[in-house]
Amino acid sequence: MTALPRRALLLAPLGAAAIGGTGFWLLLNRMSEGSYDPHGVPSMLIGKPLPTFSLPGQPPSQGFSSADIVAARRPTLINFFASWCIPCVQEAPALVLLKRQGTPIWGIAYKDKSDATAEFLQQNGDPYTRIARDEPGNTAIDFGLYGVPESYVIDKSGIVRWRWAGGLSEDILHQSLAPLLQSLA
Amino acid sequence: MKRTAVVLLCTLLAAPAFAVSDPTELLPDRTQEQRAEALGHQLRCLVCQNESVEESNADLARDLRRIIRQRVVTGDSDQQVIDWMVARYGNFIRLRPPFNAITLGLWGAPAIALLAGVAAALIAARRRPSAPAPLTDAERRRLADLLKS
Repeated sequence: MTALPRRALLLAPLGAAAIGGTGFWLLLNRMSEGSYDPHGVPSMLIGKPLPTFSLPGQPPSQGFSSADIVAARRPTLINFFASWCIPCVQEAPALVLLKRQGTPIWGIAYKDKSDATAEFLQQNGDPYTRIARDEPGNTAIDFGLYGVPESYVIDKSGIVRWRWAGGLSEDILHQSLAPLLQSLA
Repeated sequence: MKRTAVVLLCTLLAAPAFAVSDPTELLPDRTQEQRAEALGHQLRCLVCQNESVEESNADLARDLRRIIRQRVVTGDSDQQVIDWMVARYGNFIRLRPPFNAITLGLWGAPAIALLAGVAAALIAARRRPSAPAPLTDAERRRLADLLKS
């Protein structure tokens, strides 16, 4: 065997390991930054109209339908939440802040008992314009929801522009949500 | 003897232990239920992602099982049920990804590996030194001597 293939044989595995290592490093880096989630399920709704639904209200709020949200003709956040969900408690301050900044938030209580939802709102604040109840969870499935909380931004004409699976934080508000809402206004 | 027969019968009758723990979930029609189970096995549970919808105990998986059964009963084809799920959760929900531009590398990997193997084998065969020269008469005689002793 000549010298060149021998050297190639030695370098090939090293090269493969280097490429693989860089790949894994980038992956882990993006995971720790939060810009990549290997368990994330990409939303099929982005750029599509809001799914049609009509849900009963969480008293004293009236229920609402997808048509009601579109009729408001404002960029809106739809937030699925539940009293039994811990990240929902964690994201509550971010939602209160968002409301104060002037974005309407329409809440949908997912698989929750009415009393439990009421208690949750009393303890964590109620940032919602209206609150509907999705006890069977069918509307959530039409949204492609796979956990709570999940938030969707709807533009003036009822097109879904953004989805966040998991709790919102002030960081996400400043970095992603605020610029998006500004561009939709 | 009787006891053995009973135990045997029970073993035979025991349904496979799927997550369907609630018998009211099952469809009364055997063929429809089998179709629904087959469909559930092709779909990923979005919560515990390496389990199928049929195997998972998550609430969402139970909801999806119920929807599969509703759609099977109302006469949807298998493809219609899968399409309904993909419209909401994307191809991610399919445990067996479809063949398209993105999955080309995935589905093509066995063919690529096979081609690489064939190429490697051909190169190795070409490199192999040619067969040694036939034995001379002297060598043949010596070999015969050695074998005799």
